[in-house]
Amino acid sequence: MSDSTTVSIKNQNKSAASSLLKKNIRKFMNNKLALFGLIVVVIMTVACVVGMIVGVDYNTPNLTALKTPPGGEHILGTDTIGRDLWARVLYGGCYSIFIGVFCAVMSSVIGAILGAISGYFGGKIDQLIIRISEIFQAFPQLVLVMMLVAIVNKRGLSNLLVIFVLTGWMTTFRMVRNEFMSLKGETYVKVCEAFGMKKSRIMFNQILPNVMSPIIVSTTTNVAFFILQEAALSFIGLGVADSTPTWGNILNAAKSVSVVTNQWWVWVFPGLAISLFVLAINFLGDGLRDVLDAKQQ
Amino acid sequence: MSENKEVIFRIKNLKTWFPITKGAFKKVVGNVKAVDGVGLDIYKGETLGIVGESGCGKSTFGKTVMMLEKPTDGQVEFNFGGEFKDITKFTKDEMFEFRKKVQMVFQDPYSALNPQKKIYTSFEEPLKVHGVKTEAEREKIMQQVLKMVNIQPDYLMRYPHEFSGGQRQRLCIARALEVMPEVLICDEPVSALDVSIQAQVLNLMKYIQRDMKLTYLFIAHDLSVVQYMADRIMVMYLGKVVEVADSKALYEKPMHPYTKALLSAIPVPDIHTTKKRQILEGEVPSPINKPAGCAFHNRCPQCMEICKTKDPDMIRDQGGEHMVACHLYSGGKDQ
Repeated sequence: MSDSTTVSIKNQNKSAASSLLKKNIRKFMNNKLALFGLIVVVIMTVACVVGMIVGVDYNTPNLTALKTPPGGEHILGTDTIGRDLWARVLYGGCYSIFIGVFCAVMSSVIGAILGAISGYFGGKIDQLIIRISEIFQAFPQLVLVMMLVAIVNKRGLSNLLVIFVLTGWMTTFRMVRNEFMSLKGETYVKVCEAFGMKKSRIMFNQILPNVMSPIIVSTTTNVAFFILQEAALSFIGLGVADSTPTWGNILNAAKSVSVVTNQWWVWVFPGLAISLFVLAINFLGDGLRDVLDAKQQ
Repeated sequence: MSENKEVIFRIKNLKTWFPITKGAFKKVVGNVKAVDGVGLDIYKGETLGIVGESGCGKSTFGKTVMMLEKPTDGQVEFNFGGEFKDITKFTKDEMFEFRKKVQMVFQDPYSALNPQKKIYTSFEEPLKVHGVKTEAEREKIMQQVLKMVNIQPDYLMRYPHEFSGGQRQRLCIARALEVMPEVLICDEPVSALDVSIQAQVLNLMKYIQRDMKLTYLFIAHDLSVVQYMADRIMVMYLGKVVEVADSKALYEKPMHPYTKALLSAIPVPDIHTTKKRQILEGEVPSPINKPAGCAFHNRCPQCMEICKTKDPDMIRDQGGEHMVACHLYSGGKDQ
């Protein structure tokens, strides 16, 4: 008999969980702007990934069609040395989105772990980690990138990833730390201590889920931030090596005045791609905040 | 009655002080003496009520006994199957065992359950930690404890915010009972609930105590609640014990002036009885700078010269288990 009831508890459990998920999805669907953001992000990501898998030719210059305006064989035209812009925007999107997502996720993970440790233990450990984060914050990102480029003597994707993650974790760290400091005084944390649970278990199993929604929201906005950073760095020629197309690298070609005035399509399309994606990500982040913020429920 | 009682906690001169630091170098400039020299035996199966005004160190005392706060000085010895061991010198394994034997119900049922987790998960976690391996076993225990607090097992799938305060407190009690503790420390378990629910929870707790032969440490500031629950009552003032007595003896014949003042504050539901209420002047002095001598002397209506200089010792044998720390009863031998 007890077995049958056992099954019922678990099953009920599942249906309750799914109903909460459904409720959240419905809430998200009602937010038109967030839905628009999600759709744009998904479409752009899928298009870029598909473009990469199909293997669009982004690198071979078509010498007979330099600086062609949009239309005809080249949908978005060609750049100054005759490479197809449509292929380059698609291919570059993969790199740009990857950089944004990877750096945002990694810096959130590092920030969350350090923030959890710092906020939960407090005292000397907290002081130490806070000082370290302040040191990182004091360095301008640009100088760090230039330093690393000078040290390893080559421009590459990995440079950018390392620098972005190293310089990007502080905001998440501060937020998680502050949340932990207030949450560790909650009674349920004391209850867990009274049950003799391990500290790591309390930190990551009990408190962290309560901090998850601000982390998710800040991760999405960080994706946008890192994409913009990458574009800015690549534009001034400190980002990924020229051979790899990213949205920023494509824009790099538009540094000369003649391109800006005469070949508008070279910079408008990658610029549009960046703006649209960043805007959509920000809408998505806002929508997620509304759905996930427990205080508003 | 006192002969065949088995002691479960033997507390000697327990002190829990919180240092106050100042400046960049964290110089200790003083201590908040939350618990300051409490000595007492707690017997198996009894309900020890702890009363006192706010800031008297009742909750800190409970937390120290539970080792959620580290004591500054003194000993708390726990009866580990006949063998007394100091809880401050526990090894990791002993501590883990201790956590199973002594559990706590907290004051605020609204924050005692993790809002992000289903009740099921909150209930499962302690059992997992304490080595109940299979899901079937865990659910069996869960059903047992839920039956005790009259909550349907299928409520487990819900989130804490779907429950009322009384239900949540019952869930908290059930969760504490999961590990089959011997001692339950109740830190104002009903003060956050409204009166009708209070009675429900209190009756439930009494029933559970009989059922599981639990020892209760019942902390409260509501004297009528304590009277209803406790076998023995400890009155605390500024971190010190001022009087310990059987519940009946204390309510019939309070000895310490502080206890008398507290008892006179219980409202009587009868408009014709004009009870003379003894109102205490002033507030509880700061636990940082305690008054010299008896901590209560500046508010005591029967203050004597000696009270201002000498801290009274605990005087035992005022009939039965009655103990009181007051110069009024020292028979003049200190004077």
